[in-house]
Amino acid sequence: MSSKHTITVTVNGKSYERLVEARVTLADFLRNELDLTGTHLGCEHGVCGACTILLNGEAVRSCSLLAVQADGAELLTVEGLARGAELHPLQQAFQDQHALQCGFCTPGFLMTAYAFLKERPKPTETEVREAISGNLCRCTGYLPIVKAILQAAGKTTT
Amino acid sequence: MKPAPFEYFAPQAIDEALKLLQKYGEEAKVLAGGQSLMPLLSLRLARPAVIIDINRLRDLAFIRSEPDGGLRIGALARQRAVERSGQVATQCPLIAAAMPLIGHFQIRNRGTIGGSLAHADPAAELPAVSLTLEAEFVVRSTRGERAIAAKDFFLGYMTTAIEPSELLTEIRIPATRPRVGWAIEEVARRRGDFAMVGVVTLVELNGNDTCQNSRIVVFGAGEKPERVARAERLLCGKRTDEHALAEVAKAVTEDLDPVSDVHASAEYRKEVGGVLTRRALQNAFKRAQKETA
Ligand SMILES: Cc1cc2nc3c(=O)[nH]c(=O)nc-3n(C[C@H](O)[C@H](O)[C@H](O)COP(=O)(O)OP(=O)(O)OC[C@H]3O[C@@H](n4cnc5c(N)ncnc54)[C@H](O)[C@@H]3O)c2cc1C
Ligand code: FES
Ligand code: FES
Repeated sequence: MSSKHTITVTVNGKSYERLVEARVTLADFLRNELDLTGTHLGCEHGVCGACTILLNGEAVRSCSLLAVQADGAELLTVEGLARGAELHPLQQAFQDQHALQCGFCTPGFLMTAYAFLKERPKPTETEVREAISGNLCRCTGYLPIVKAILQAAGKTTT
Repeated sequence: MKPAPFEYFAPQAIDEALKLLQKYGEEAKVLAGGQSLMPLLSLRLARPAVIIDINRLRDLAFIRSEPDGGLRIGALARQRAVERSGQVATQCPLIAAAMPLIGHFQIRNRGTIGGSLAHADPAAELPAVSLTLEAEFVVRSTRGERAIAAKDFFLGYMTTAIEPSELLTEIRIPATRPRVGWAIEEVARRRGDFAMVGVVTLVELNGNDTCQNSRIVVFGAGEKPERVARAERLLCGKRTDEHALAEVAKAVTEDLDPVSDVHASAEYRKEVGGVLTRRALQNAFKRAQKETA
């Protein structure tokens, strides 16, 4: 037995209405229903942070939420960071500091850092390390990511 | 890695949620922050026929100080809200100190107080903290409300006294007495991981800085958080000197009977349980000495 529900969500400023099965996670909904595949899925059980997005302004793991739970919510995904061809300061900093290699973890780190800097625009290095402790990266060794976030700190206006 | 199908309800009012729980009982699972339940659904370790999502019950998200200095926290208060609450920091700094040890900020943005307590992971911080503080749990069903003392709430491995038809609605923390110091210490593999072992303590001092009352609770070393009664008795009448604390720590090491698993061996847990007890007691004494009667 399964139930279907009509939901309305605003993603990166655009409104969508869809019929979803209750068991579909928000991450799968974004990727499969809305074709917003920037949000990545690593572990699908809350451990790796790759699926991090903003739900009503707060960083959450989209694999650990149901799409039906986002009914009426405002979401921001990695696709919503850049302004046209102009990268968001965080994205630019990641590029400058070589903070990505394969890029699998990057959307999750960007959205985590985005939420973190909004709250703490001038963080210390220790605070940055603490903030990204819930995100896993198998390539970079984290140091370039810490540097990138520190570079972007202060430049982030939105 | 995808949840199996289920029927989904998102009640708007507590009574409506209770009726659903009454109707579906064992078949249903309450969904709060989802930070433990969603992984279980995705891994198909849980396959409930019905999900009752309580996130719309905003009435259960409160944090309230009582006139007598006690604190009441609604089951749906997010862990992050509790972490940031000025009221919690002043009325019950032990809870405030425990919050950052829970997972990561993205987890705490969703995870709730009630969810952590109802889930009752043996390595979780809040169950141990609530046992230390002798908190009271309020649960409700269509038949009415009852309060359960922390010592009767945690029954075993991930098992609590909540009946399938009941909803945890709030926890009540009694007012802190004067000259009480507290501490929480844990060792985890990585920042934000569940503790391999942890200790929560409270000491109450009398006028000449002698311990007249204490709690020593160990978590992550058994099926549920547990007070170490012999160590508590040993501490009674003691002042904070190295010899006394070493003796109490030794009692904790001796009395723990943990399991070995992929995270740590039983020997390690016993040894570290003792070390953390000593550290926690040192900090608790220091805090208590700063408190004026
Ligand atoms: C990567 C990661 C790391 C974590 N690290 C830690 C950690 O270090 N320490 C720690 O303590 N926790 C940790 N957690 C778990 C986290 O704290 C969860 O938020 C918590 O265990 C469950 O709370 P929830 O609100 O998310 O509940 P849910 O996941 O929604 O529910 C958990 C269980 O409680 C039941 N339940 C929830 N609310 C109620 C209610 N009001 N009445 C009756 N039953 C209810 C549900 O039916 C379910 O069985 C971690 C989680 C993750 C994913
Ligand atoms: S995919 Fe969501 S935390 Fe790993
Ligand atoms: S860049 Fe490859 S996992 Fe982080």
